[in-house]
Amino acid sequence: MNRSRLQTIFYSVAALVALVGLAEATYLTVMFLSGETAICGGSSDCAMVLGSKYAILPFVKIPLSGLGALAYFSAFTFATFALFGYALARKFFSWTVLTMFCMTLWLLYVQAFLLHAFCKYCLFSAALIFLLTGLVVATPPTEETSNV
Amino acid sequence: MKRSAPFIIVAIVALLALGSGTYLYRTKRAASGTTLKITKTESSPSEVVHTLGPENAPVTIEEFGDFQCPPCGRLSEPINQIQKQHNIRVIYREFPLPMHAHAKEAAYAAEAAGRQGKFWEMHDLLFREQAVWSKSEDARALFQAYAGMLQLDLSRFKTDLDNPEVREKIEADQKRGAAIGVKTTPTLFLNNEAVPVSELNPEKLPAFVENAVKNAKPSS
Repeated sequence: MNRSRLQTIFYSVAALVALVGLAEATYLTVMFLSGETAICGGSSDCAMVLGSKYAILPFVKIPLSGLGALAYFSAFTFATFALFGYALARKFFSWTVLTMFCMTLWLLYVQAFLLHAFCKYCLFSAALIFLLTGLVVATPPTEETSNV
Repeated sequence: MKRSAPFIIVAIVALLALGSGTYLYRTKRAASGTTLKITKTESSPSEVVHTLGPENAPVTIEEFGDFQCPPCGRLSEPINQIQKQHNIRVIYREFPLPMHAHAKEAAYAAEAAGRQGKFWEMHDLLFREQAVWSKSEDARALFQAYAGMLQLDLSRFKTDLDNPEVREKIEADQKRGAAIGVKTTPTLFLNNEAVPVSELNPEKLPAFVENAVKNAKPSS
């Protein structure tokens, strides 16, 4: 299998993973806006994590899930453009995923050591971001023959 | 065509995400708009009811709570403060959710304490110590320790934990909740109308109740 074909597969999978993440983050943002994260269907750990101060961006009072949705949408956009041969998009995709990875590590730390509770939505999102990070690491290096 | 394809794909996804998000939000808002109500036929005069405040208070809050539910715990102290500040009536109903391992046992403890006249003391203690007993392997031992702290008759308390009447009381509360349409906790009714989910947090609830107190006319 040649390098170009491998890259096509990796970026297609990355775009799909980012799409799943976008759907999840959008759902959580809607839950926040409608006030449902306060009760989380009665789930203790979910309510503890999503109802905590760490789930809201300080000062601007925007839910972290909203930022997550934006990040997933960016990752999807860059993966799609990378799929069509835009070299710059590949770099942006890698940097976006790296930022999301760092943020995920922080959020896992918060859940494990500060809140002592894990939210299933957050763990699912963490799994998606680890998958994206794996794809970034595994993607073959770019050949300098692309569109931009 | 190939150059414009990623733009089209990204635009479609952006529209789909925004559209589905908006649709979901509107659906949830519409669902919360259909408020639950308590009608007179759903209350039974003979039942044991845990209340705070005067019977003729212009505002009554009826809470369906679960001692192991963190949002209920977060609302407990604000509700106490609102009750004292505005002298409203507060009714607590047991609604232990099956997903919480010790919720039913905690409800038994509160009801057993109630049989010695210390329901609210145990109620407050259980919510205050929620993080401790929720993660405990032997919650019952902790509840007995709490009973000791409240200076209850321990042997009576232990007997009452397994008292069928205590269990019947909890089941009666749960049946009442189910009949009204309660599905999760906390569910609060303010003068028999469900408080919107968006108001069920310590920041918003006091203002919501204060507003109701201002608008309510004294019933006596």
